[in-house]
Amino acid sequence: MRLVVNGAEQDVAAETLAAALEALDYGETLVATALNGDFVPARKRAETSLSEGDRIEIVAPRQGG
Amino acid sequence: MKVYGVELKSRLLLGTSKYLSLDLMAKSVRAAEAEVVTVSVRRESSQFREGQEFWRIIHDLGVRVLPNTAGCYTVKEAVTTAQMAREIFATAWIKLEVIGDRDTLAPDVFGTVEAARILARDGFEVFPYTTEDLIVCDRLIEAGCKALMPWGAPIGSGKGLNNPFGLRVLRARYPEATLIVDAGIGLPSHAAAAMELGYDAVLLNTAVGTAGDPVAMARAFKEAVEAGAAAHRAGPMQSRDLAQPSTPFVGKAALS
Repeated sequence: MRLVVNGAEQDVAAETLAAALEALDYGETLVATALNGDFVPARKRAETSLSEGDRIEIVAPRQGG
Repeated sequence: MKVYGVELKSRLLLGTSKYLSLDLMAKSVRAAEAEVVTVSVRRESSQFREGQEFWRIIHDLGVRVLPNTAGCYTVKEAVTTAQMAREIFATAWIKLEVIGDRDTLAPDVFGTVEAARILARDGFEVFPYTTEDLIVCDRLIEAGCKALMPWGAPIGSGKGLNNPFGLRVLRARYPEATLIVDAGIGLPSHAAAAMELGYDAVLLNTAVGTAGDPVAMARAFKEAVEAGAAAHRAGPMQSRDLAQPSTPFVGKAALS
């Protein structure tokens, strides 16, 4: 389905957030996720279903002041 | 110093941004002997995975992280960012930033208080980036903050302590809180001045990251923070407007 991943529209073959991360090739990368602006803990990704047009943010540690 | 139950030997907290390389960043953190560094969460691409290497270096430094909510302009953004940071970094510590103005990066104090309340209730240990306004700080303490991080000057401006009088009053009002001057420090003398006011620590990034020799500057800041803290403990003299001779008058030869 059509999703917005980190601001970019993409077609992702996945029904859940966990499946989307797999399909997007994140594998074991240390990341955190938000769906439509709400935090989704890692343990809930497999049970979080996706809908057409959903916005997913996938973040990782980065430099900061 | 002790903050949220954690003993720290170093009173210099360092940011991890703006260095020309991750290697220079790591060397600067070591030169500063910082025990706490600030970090952020940002978009990760599955192709480049930039964050993983950065995290490995931070992990190898053996320092504690203080994740920030930099770039957040709303309460919701800041709270969601904090939740993501807590999971990634496995820490309840959060440097809360809710920004109100794009030019000065001044904190939106109303949003900061609201976000602090939400996060504190959810078990976060909040380090709010704030102004030195007493009423705002009062609300932050009421909201559950045990630490306050008033700015010295706008983020990245290097101006130092724009309002030392306000900072002094804040220190006197909250002897129990952990007070850390964060933002706007440009020189080691600014950091020393904050410590001389009795502040518990300082947090800075740009002043080291963008210095000509960040490692040497990190060392200079470490020494300045130690000097300022030692001076405060040693009981500084009172200043006065008019002169008072230091050499005794008694025994001066009459030579006129």
